[in-house]
Formats: sequence, C-alpha cells, structure tokens
Amino acid sequence: MNLTWMAWTLPTALFFITILILLCGMAFWEFVSPGGNPRVGVLRFETTRGDRLFVSLLGSAFIHLAWLGLVGPNLWWALALSVVYAIGVFRYV
Amino acid sequence: MEKTWNNKAWFMVLPVLLLVAFSAVIPLMTVVNYSVQDTFGNNVFFWNGSDWFTEILESERFWLSMVRNLIFSFIILAIEVPLGIFIALNMPKKGWGVPVCLVLMALPLLIPWNVVGTIWQVFGRIDIGLLGYTLSALGFDYNYVNDPTDAWVTVILMDVWHWTSLVVLLCYAGLVSIPDAYYQAAKIDGASRWAIFRYIQLPKMNRVLLIAVLLRFMDSFMIYTEPFVVTGGGPGNSTTFLSIDLVKIAIGQFDLGPAAAMSIIYFLIILLLSWVFYTVMTNVDAER
Repeated sequence: MNLTWMAWTLPTALFFITILILLCGMAFWEFVSPGGNPRVGVLRFETTRGDRLFVSLLGSAFIHLAWLGLVGPNLWWALALSVVYAIGVFRYV
Repeated sequence: MEKTWNNKAWFMVLPVLLLVAFSAVIPLMTVVNYSVQDTFGNNVFFWNGSDWFTEILESERFWLSMVRNLIFSFIILAIEVPLGIFIALNMPKKGWGVPVCLVLMALPLLIPWNVVGTIWQVFGRIDIGLLGYTLSALGFDYNYVNDPTDAWVTVILMDVWHWTSLVVLLCYAGLVSIPDAYYQAAKIDGASRWAIFRYIQLPKMNRVLLIAVLLRFMDSFMIYTEPFVVTGGGPGNSTTFLSIDLVKIAIGQFDLGPAAAMSIIYFLIILLLSWVFYTVMTNVDAER
C-alpha cells in the first residue's frame, strides 16, 4: 500500500500506533470490567476511565507544547512528565 | 438483578466510524505528518522534528492572531448573549406575532456565511453602501477599508446581526418551556419583574444559555468566511484571526509545515475548550 501521499514517517506512525494500542487496551479493559469504573475524584465530578484517558492525552499534548515553548526541543523529559501526569490522572481524577 | 451488558450495538456505528475516518481522522493524521516535515513541493518531504512547533510558539504573529481572536469572541459574547436574552424576553408568547418573530429571527441564520460577508462588504462601503454612505453623510469619518477600528466595528456588527438570533431562538425555547404555574406563584407572591427574571426565567434558561455560549464561542473562535470576505484580514493584520492567519500560511505562502503545526495547536486549544464547556454543561445537568 502506497502511503507516500500522506507523508508518513516512522515517528508519526509509532505515535498513531501507540494511540491505537491505547484505544484497543481501553476496549479490552471495558470488555473485562464493563461500566467504565465511574468515580468522583479531585476534579469533583464523575469521570470514567475513558474520560481519564482523554484528560491524560490532552494534558500530555499541552505538557509537550509547554516544554517546547519554555524549555527546549528535547522532549524526552516532557514525555516522562506526561507519563507521571497520566498515572496521576488515572489514580486521583 | 444483574444488569445485562451487550455491546453488540456498537457494530451499528461502524459505517459512521468509517466515514469519520475518511473525513476527519485520515486528514488529521496527514496534518500531523506534515507538521514534523518540510517540503519544497513534488511530494518530497524532509524530516524537521519539532522545529515548526517551536517556530509557531515563538512567533509573535501567532500570538497576536490568538489575542485578536479571543478579544473578538469576548466582545461578541458580551453583546450577543445579553441582547439575545433581552429580545427573547420581549418576544410574544402567543398569537400571530410568534411565527412572524420566529421567521424574522431565523432569516439571518439561513444566509450562507460568504453571502453575509458580501452583504456587509457592500453595506459598509462609503460610496454605495447604506451604512457607510449614511455615516459619512452624518459627518462620521467611517471607512472600514483603511481604519482598523472601523473594520472591527463592522466585523462585530456583522457577527451580531448574523448570530444574535441563534441566542434569541435558544433562549425563547427555554422561556416557552416554563410552566405557567411558576408565573402564577410569582404573581401570588407579588414578585417584581426583575425577581421573576432572576429566580424563574434565568435558572430555567441556564442550560440553553450554556449551549448558546458554547456554540457562539466555538464559532467565533473558528470564524473565517465573514471577516475574510469583508476585510480580508485587514487593514494590515488588524482583523486577521487565527483561521485567516492559518489559511494565509497554508495556501497563501504554501508553508505546509508551519501551517500544520499551527493547525494542531489550534485544534488542541479548541479540543480543550470544548471539553471544558461539555464537562460544565453535563455537570450542570447532572446536578439538577
């Protein structure tokens, strides 16, 4: 399949494959434990695990942008910070 | 009793998923791919890492467009929401006036955006436009083509003319759904007009008002066609909002990389704001 029209690169492909794996993982999690595990966390409103994934991904995007704008182009630390943030979101939100 | 979980109905949404994949997901993936590369045409791309993002985040032009867009959204919300509530409160609740008012209110919403732009472009001209000619005849130094303030006034007036009816119709729908018993109780208590508005009408309009604010904010934050047709982003860059700036970079300059990086940042901001509004709306609903 010729995908040159979409200008694919290995890093962007890995990025989207990771998102796809995350979504498949969430679907499997839902299959094993249905209902989405709703609870009220630090944000004081009910969130399901899908909401928590969304908040994690969106927050991670902004962490990366803030790192780029304020610190520099080395994004590995931003990635590490995003993982810590995502664990925090899944634990407390 | 144990609740039955059956997720087979999800297969019914597969066709929609495919459509969305082709209309939204694949283009979005392409934008992400463009944002990390540079091209000089001929479908040849060079890896550029996160440089375009850094360039956009450090670009004064991007932040100025963002500030202009936020100011525009704030101004039109500050005008359209109170004006919409005021008109909805004064619209007739029964009789022949109801359909007449509803049709009149719906008319601006039915006009295509580029036509609205053209109407106001002609309307504001000082040589042949009713607004421009009248203001000039009255002695006002009005010229939206070369004065930034006049351009802003024209664009804001145009948006208010085009979209206040949406707020009116939403508020009116909220108002007519209030049962008469509330008004009767207020009458027995001798409530003032303000008390009726503050304690009966406004709380009942809460949800539709949130929807109106959400719609108007998102729409105004993504506005393109109308100001583009009227002012083209000018004079200078005074009415260049984010989407106009984005199109200038993507199609005017054909800088696909910076345009893609800017699109992603713009998309993330819209996504964040939509999530905040959606969460607030659903939680206000849940609290009732």
